[in-house]
Amino acid sequence: MNALIVAGLLLVLLGVAYQSGWSRSRGLVTADGVNIHSRPQYHGSFVAIWAMVPALVILGLWAWFGGGLTRDYTVSLIPTDIMTSLDQVGLNAAIARIGALASGYGVTGESPAWEQAAGGALRSFQMLTFVGVLVLALVAGGAALIYARSRIDARLRARNAVERVVNLALLACSAVAILTTVGIVASLVTEAFRFFTFIHPFDFFFGTVWNPNNAGSAGNWGSYGLLPLLVGTLMITAIAMLVAVPVGLMAAIYLSQYAPPQLRAVAKPMIEILAGIPTIVFGFFALVTVGPFLRDMGNLVGLSINATSALTAGIVMGIMIIPFVSSLSDDILNQVPRTLRDGAYGLGATQSETIRNVLLPAALPGIVGAFLLAVSRAIGETMIVVLAAGNAPVLRGNPFEPVATITVSIVNQLTGDTDFTGPQSLVGFALGLTLFVITLGLNIVALYIVRRFREQYE
Amino acid sequence: MDMVAGKVKMTQQSVKSAMNPTDMLERPIRLTARDVTVHYGAKQALHGISIDIPDRAVTSFIGPSGCGKSTFLRCINRMNDTIEGAKVGGTIKLDGEDIYDPSLDVVELRARIGMVFQKPNPFPKSIYENVAYGPRIHGLARSKADMDEIVVSSLRKAGLFEEVKDRLNEPGTGLSGGQQQRLCIARAIAVGPEVILMDEPCSALDPIATAIIEELIDELRENYTIVIVTHSMQQAARVSQKTAFFHLGNLIEEGVTEDIFTNPVNKQTQDYIMGRIG
Repeated sequence: MNALIVAGLLLVLLGVAYQSGWSRSRGLVTADGVNIHSRPQYHGSFVAIWAMVPALVILGLWAWFGGGLTRDYTVSLIPTDIMTSLDQVGLNAAIARIGALASGYGVTGESPAWEQAAGGALRSFQMLTFVGVLVLALVAGGAALIYARSRIDARLRARNAVERVVNLALLACSAVAILTTVGIVASLVTEAFRFFTFIHPFDFFFGTVWNPNNAGSAGNWGSYGLLPLLVGTLMITAIAMLVAVPVGLMAAIYLSQYAPPQLRAVAKPMIEILAGIPTIVFGFFALVTVGPFLRDMGNLVGLSINATSALTAGIVMGIMIIPFVSSLSDDILNQVPRTLRDGAYGLGATQSETIRNVLLPAALPGIVGAFLLAVSRAIGETMIVVLAAGNAPVLRGNPFEPVATITVSIVNQLTGDTDFTGPQSLVGFALGLTLFVITLGLNIVALYIVRRFREQYE
Repeated sequence: MDMVAGKVKMTQQSVKSAMNPTDMLERPIRLTARDVTVHYGAKQALHGISIDIPDRAVTSFIGPSGCGKSTFLRCINRMNDTIEGAKVGGTIKLDGEDIYDPSLDVVELRARIGMVFQKPNPFPKSIYENVAYGPRIHGLARSKADMDEIVVSSLRKAGLFEEVKDRLNEPGTGLSGGQQQRLCIARAIAVGPEVILMDEPCSALDPIATAIIEELIDELRENYTIVIVTHSMQQAARVSQKTAFFHLGNLIEEGVTEDIFTNPVNKQTQDYIMGRIG
């Protein structure tokens, strides 16, 4: 409720400020012979920005420090004789009870008179500070509005000022993305280091046994060898790429070069729908249909294929990735300039010669990029593997047997009760960091390849 | 710099020594087009074009933008086949053979009729591979030595060899615009065509590069039948022996270049040449 009031008042301030700047600027326009630097909407935005900044700063400061002030005030409401009898936990409980009384929700059990009084006092304090801060913010905003409005004249460079602010806002938005990434990486690294205080990095990265003791305590943590999971991940990814790349690339070539427009108009969206199917659906498709089918096929030719295996998960994951490969490759092939195609046709090249010798080489950097993007996605994929790969963290090279991947193991270790004090759950961060490093490495390789081919061809 | 200036001067001289009109008219006819029409979907782009194109001479098509000259050029090697919804009617004969005959192989046709495009379009390959591409797909070279010879002689004929002989393995896209266009000409020559079609080959080039290409066209005339589409009437006058004027999808007037430019019969041709339409 309070937040709505604040937002509403800020919007009103924004509107009034914009309007006042705009109308003053319009007044300038009518004075003939004056060469005005900025258009009225820039003057409006200029005043609005001026009005909003102090108001937002005051509200922000209150949001930051207000909680501490309220707590200090609440503590001061507790009588000294009771205060001395409270430990830290008791004090927190008392503060929470007073807060609950003040908010009107009430408390359970008997409430002594001093508590009731403190609740009432806190209530009026909160009311007062809320109104006070709001009024202060509006007054500051209004003052800034009047000042900014008084600065408007024909030569005021409002456009430049507004654009500088927009620039800063854009910078702030990209900073959010970058800082979030940095924050996630930092937390991965620090938590992974905590994990390595329990388990030696050598045992983690080169261990061949994955057998965490989830009920274990110091000295009996279990084994946390990465290799079985890494091998499982890479095996499934490789199978997925073996399915997705040929099929996706051929589909892209067909759609962009051979398909009649009517077919293309239908087929392209159809393939892209494949990308919209939730991965969990692919997962049970793998579990219920593909797995048993592969097992029966294997029986026919005398191969023992497990229904849940690296093969099942890999094939279904490959199908899931087809639209990524085909859609990206299709766009890239269509971007190859028509003049190049004409050049090849003009020499008497057939359509397939043109595609193989001219189109594909020209599109190669983009196709490699699409390929690596698909690999990143396959490595990070979880749901299909959870359902269809069998979750058997054993080091082996047979794709017909169940395996486990890094992502699945993270799921297993972090679901249920976790307290992040032992390696059982902290290993999730170490695994996450490993995944991150692999994907990062792939992206760097992709960038390198793309850049190398660019230099050669442009 | 001096060398370039010299080249420009030479161009002017060689153009002055162009063959005389009567000589041109006695040339055998290589290509004949009769009532050629082109539709793009519902829109008709060409209305019954009939023209004869003489052997070993330069024929130029002039006219304002959108007049159909490039469309007609692209009919001659059936490049319109690659455009969705394009329909060609009438007949075009190369040495008496109908090029739209269903039994004719379009790949073979395009090997006989080479094409150079408006924008230089070297493949993203080395200079050598650009020239070798055509001979390779048509199986023209039996050995590496054969191929080397084809590449070098084609580059020589296109007047590019001296400039690139030390960097045949560098990408063709790294050359200047004029050099790229000569590379594209070399690429077309390498297949051993009889006819070379040029679609505004100089429109993306600076005046010096243009002069070099014009000189080259004049030399190539000795061995090839050349058809050139151009925006520039000066260019048509400089390089061609026969000129055809197109307007709104119709062939308005054709004849010996000198006659067209000095004594046009048709009022529209006159207006265009005087700069009143276009």
